[in-house]
Amino acid sequence: MKEDRSIAPVLELRALKKSFGDNHVLKGFDLQLHEGEILVVMGKSGSGKSVMIKCLVGLMQADAGVIRIKGYNITELGQTELDILRTEIGFLFQGSALYDSMTVRENLEFPLRHHKEKLRITETNEQLVLEALENVGLAEAIDLMPAELSGGMKRRVALARALILKPRIILYDEPTTGLDPITSKEIIHLMRNIQKKYKTSALIITHDVDCARVIADRIILLVDGVNYIEGTYQELIRSDDPKVQAFFKT
Amino acid sequence: MKGPENIRSRAVSFFTEIGEISYFALRFFREVFRPPFEFRELIRQCYNIGNRSLLLVCVTGFILGLVFTLQSRPTLMEFGAESWMPSMVSISIVREIGPVIIALICAGRIGSGIGAELGSMRVTEQIDAMEVSGTNPFKYLVVTRIVATTLMLPLLIVIGDTVALLGSAMVENLKGAVSYQLYFNEVFDALKYSDIVPATIKSFFFGFAIGLVGCYKGYYCSKGTVGVGEASNAAVVYTSMLLFVIDFIAVFVTDIFFEVQ
Repeated sequence: MKEDRSIAPVLELRALKKSFGDNHVLKGFDLQLHEGEILVVMGKSGSGKSVMIKCLVGLMQADAGVIRIKGYNITELGQTELDILRTEIGFLFQGSALYDSMTVRENLEFPLRHHKEKLRITETNEQLVLEALENVGLAEAIDLMPAELSGGMKRRVALARALILKPRIILYDEPTTGLDPITSKEIIHLMRNIQKKYKTSALIITHDVDCARVIADRIILLVDGVNYIEGTYQELIRSDDPKVQAFFKT
Repeated sequence: MKGPENIRSRAVSFFTEIGEISYFALRFFREVFRPPFEFRELIRQCYNIGNRSLLLVCVTGFILGLVFTLQSRPTLMEFGAESWMPSMVSISIVREIGPVIIALICAGRIGSGIGAELGSMRVTEQIDAMEVSGTNPFKYLVVTRIVATTLMLPLLIVIGDTVALLGSAMVENLKGAVSYQLYFNEVFDALKYSDIVPATIKSFFFGFAIGLVGCYKGYYCSKGTVGVGEASNAAVVYTSMLLFVIDFIAVFVTDIFFEVQ
C-alpha cells in the first residue's frame, strides 16, 4: 500500500476517470503535488475541476485511476484509516460550508472532537481556535453565527477551520468565487501567508486567472477531462496554443 | 405501450427506494452501537424534538379528546350508555387514535424539519465538510436524530394521550356533571395492560419511522433548494404512509398476542 514516501509526491492522481451516464467528465487526468508546492488546476466551469477534487478526498468515487495521498492509495483504505488520513488535509469549500447551526467557535472546534488526542495536539481547544482565527484576522468573530458574517468573513472562517488540525495539504475549491475583487485579493494574500507560515502544500482549483498569477508555482490546464498543458504562469501566457490563449488572454 | 411502461418504471423506482431506505436502516443499526458515541448531540436532538413539539402535541391532544367526547356523547345518550364514555374514550385514544394522530402530527412537525435541515446541509456542502474533517456525518447527524425520535415519540404520545383524556374529562364534567376523580377512576378501570403495552411499543416504531424517513430524504437530497423542498415534502408523505403500514402490522400482531389469549 505504501510507496517510498521520501521521493513520492504528497498527492498524486493517475489516469483518473469519472463519468455521469454518457457525460465523461474526467478521461484520464494526472496530477502530482509536491511538498511545499502551490499547484493550481484551471479550467472552464463544468470542466470537472470540482469532481476531481471531490474524488481526491473520497467524497466521490472515481470510475478508474489511482489516488494517492502521502503514499496511501485512498481507494484501498478503510473508513477509519481514511478519516485519519483526512485530518492531514484541509479543505476550503467553494461556498465555505460553515455549519450554520453552530457559532464560529463551535465550527472550529468541530474537527477537534475526535482527532485531537490521536494527533497528539497538546494545546487547549481555546488556544487552537484563537490561533486559527488570528491567522485569518477574525479573532473578534469567535462567538458570531455564520449568518452574521459577510461572504469574505465566511471564507476566512472556513479557512481557519481547514487549518485547525494543522494539515500538511490544503485543498481550495474556487477560493475566490463569489467575492468582490478586494476581498478576493485579501483571500489570496491570506492563502499565501498560510503557505509560508506552515509550509503546507496546496492544490487550488479555480478559473480566476488573477489568483493563479499571484499564487501558483505551477498550473495545470484541465480541458476535455485531461491535462491539456502544464507549466508556470509565465510559460502558459507565452503559449501560442489558441485554447491556452483563450483562457489567459480574456 | 406508454401506460405499461410508465407503471413499470414507477414500480422499479418504488422498489429501488424501498431497497435504499432498507439499506439506510441497516447502516443505522451498524453505526448505532459502534463508538464514538455522540451523546451531546443526542441530548440536543432529544430536546429539540421533544420540547419543541410539546405544545403542538398538547393542543392537538386536548382538542382531540374534547371533540371526540362532544361528538360521541349524543349517540351514547340515545342508548342510555353515557356512563361508558370514559372507558370508550380512553381505550380508543390510548390504543389507536392518540398514537396515530400524534405520530402524524409529529411526522409533519419533526419529519419535515429533519428532511429540510439535512437537505439544506447537503446542498450547502456542510455534510461534505464534516466528512472531510474526519467526522462520520452519518453518526453525528442521522444516528442521533433517529435515536432521538425513537425515544421522544413514545413520551410525546403518552403526554398527548393524557391531555386528550383531560379534554374529554372536562367535557364530561361540564356536560354530564361527572367529577374528574370519577372520570379517571373509570378510565383506569377500563384500561388494561394489553391496551397500554402494544400502543407504547408501536409508538417506538412510529418514532423510528419518522426519524428514518426524514433523515433518508434529507441526507440524499440533491437538486439545490428545490431538492430541499422536495425532501421535506417527501419526508412527510412517505412517513405518513409508513405510519399506517406500521399501525396495520401492529394491530395485526397485537391481535395475535393479546386478544387470542
